[in-house]
Amino acid sequence: MKKFENLGTLNINTRLYKTRLSSKYANRQPYKSADPGMVMSFIPGTVLDIVVEPGQIVRKGELLMILDAMKMKNQIKCKMDGIVKNVLVKKGDKISKGIVLIEME
Amino acid sequence: MAVNKKIEELHERRQKLLLGGGEQAIEKQKALGKSTARERIMSLLDKDSFSEYDMFVEHDARDFDMDKKTLASDGVVIGTGTIYGAPVALFAQDFTVAGGSLGLMHSRKITKIMDHALKMRIPLIGINDSGGARIQEGVNSLAGYGEIFFRNTLSSGVIPQISVILGPCAGGAVYSPALTDFVFVVDNISKMFITGPEVIKTVLGEEISMEELGGARIHSEISGNAHFFAESEDECFEQIKRLITFIPWSNDRKARPFDPGEPQAEYNIEKIVPDDPTLPYDVRDIIRAVVDNSDFFEIMEHYARNMVIGFGRINGQTTGFVANQPLEMAGVLDVDSSDKAARFIRYCDAFNIPIITFVDLPGYMPGADQEYAGVIRHGAKVLYAYSEATVPKITVILRKAYGGGYIAMGSRHLRADFVFAWPTAEIAVMGPEGAANIIFRKEIMLSDNPDETRQRKVEEYKEKFANPYVAASRGYIDAVIEPGETRKFLIHSITVSKNKLIQMPEKKHGVPPF
Repeated sequence: MKKFENLGTLNINTRLYKTRLSSKYANRQPYKSADPGMVMSFIPGTVLDIVVEPGQIVRKGELLMILDAMKMKNQIKCKMDGIVKNVLVKKGDKISKGIVLIEME
Repeated sequence: MAVNKKIEELHERRQKLLLGGGEQAIEKQKALGKSTARERIMSLLDKDSFSEYDMFVEHDARDFDMDKKTLASDGVVIGTGTIYGAPVALFAQDFTVAGGSLGLMHSRKITKIMDHALKMRIPLIGINDSGGARIQEGVNSLAGYGEIFFRNTLSSGVIPQISVILGPCAGGAVYSPALTDFVFVVDNISKMFITGPEVIKTVLGEEISMEELGGARIHSEISGNAHFFAESEDECFEQIKRLITFIPWSNDRKARPFDPGEPQAEYNIEKIVPDDPTLPYDVRDIIRAVVDNSDFFEIMEHYARNMVIGFGRINGQTTGFVANQPLEMAGVLDVDSSDKAARFIRYCDAFNIPIITFVDLPGYMPGADQEYAGVIRHGAKVLYAYSEATVPKITVILRKAYGGGYIAMGSRHLRADFVFAWPTAEIAVMGPEGAANIIFRKEIMLSDNPDETRQRKVEEYKEKFANPYVAASRGYIDAVIEPGETRKFLIHSITVSKNKLIQMPEKKHGVPPF
């Protein structure tokens, strides 16, 4: 029968089941641990201002840039002491959620 | 004026209003494959059963030149009628009149029919086709929405509330359907979203079509906002009529009984479930093998398919079915399937519909994505719903019932009234492989041939625990039955639990893990 064709395999508690796999399962993102050196956008918006430049030494909690989103001017702050390695966006850029804005080292 | 003149005037006034937004607007509506508000009502109701109210209602907005505009019936048709003889109250927004936009009087018509439905204790059907708030009426329009949401909540669990999305339904407008019991959508016609493509483009710079953002398929398959998907308006109306036959008018009644009928011979219950617990089958075939005339009315067919829910009849009596689906994602419990099952159980409980549960699941879905999405609180909904339900609860364990999944799926411990297991049932704390790896870890590690020892231990565990008899020896299941006896046992259980009465502790309301 057609519904029993194209079955995948799903491992639940070390047992392998023959079954159809959902599109949600196929599209899921594997887990990656957060890297404090990667400053990410937590909300989609527009880059209003960038107050640091590559090579600059910054302290934890210092302002890096302002992201205009949902009618608010959101301050993006540094999560670690370090040096700005790369600024990957520029003033006026429209960005989506979860992209890297600044690389730190 | 003579009486006949006055009657003539009434006819003229009616005739004008029946045209809604006028012939041009109606043509536009038709070009989109949509019917008009009154046509929709006629398609849904028994012939000549519709009584319309508030046809002559007009808005009294003054700002933005609104005082110069008349809007026929203020863009919404309300009334009462019957479906297969069952009384229903309904409203249908008229997109041809100011885009079906919701102003104060429009909302008052809707709340009037909602109040009527609640008072008369009859189902409410809302046909939504509206561009949203009537911006010219400002906060009055928002007030109108709020009054509707409040009544949706008051009526919840008292009368069945059905929402039909037959056009755009944006912003605040989507929350009324979300508060109702069943949402019907039609391919290419229904759209639902909180913020539309325009806003997304301005704010996020992302381009997305209405269909991709909030079309019928999205809400049927991905978001779970819709319960029934149809290809056309006519198919949708047939689905609604069918639903009405399965549910009671209100929470102080039972669904209308039908004449019993035997299941069709093509569903041979002895031949459906493979013995190997890792192989799939379609659990809907099991349901069709036990319900009257093999007539199973599935709900949310396309969403979280690893859980099957829907209505069937056992000996003429409407029954809710909840079943793990081994054909899809091995039938695991996860965030979406828990949500789907729990809400349905609460629906059945609210409307005096007995619940039959078929169990065959490997456990909960592992993974960071599931944990982050809150599988703990969503999974807990299933425990809450089964525990809280006081309608007759009958559970049949077909094959695997492991760990938390065993407890969650209508177990004795959550006060199932009858728990049956097939001889193929495996009721254990976990699957044999996982259990052997933990219990005999040392033994396996220290042996000369770990793989062989593991395999032997798995076999030992299977032999001893992968059966229904350990649970039966504790009285956790009431009887081990042959697959072929299932319908007989279900009919018997439903028959002897007709008078079930339990007193739950008094409270204002519980605090379920929403």
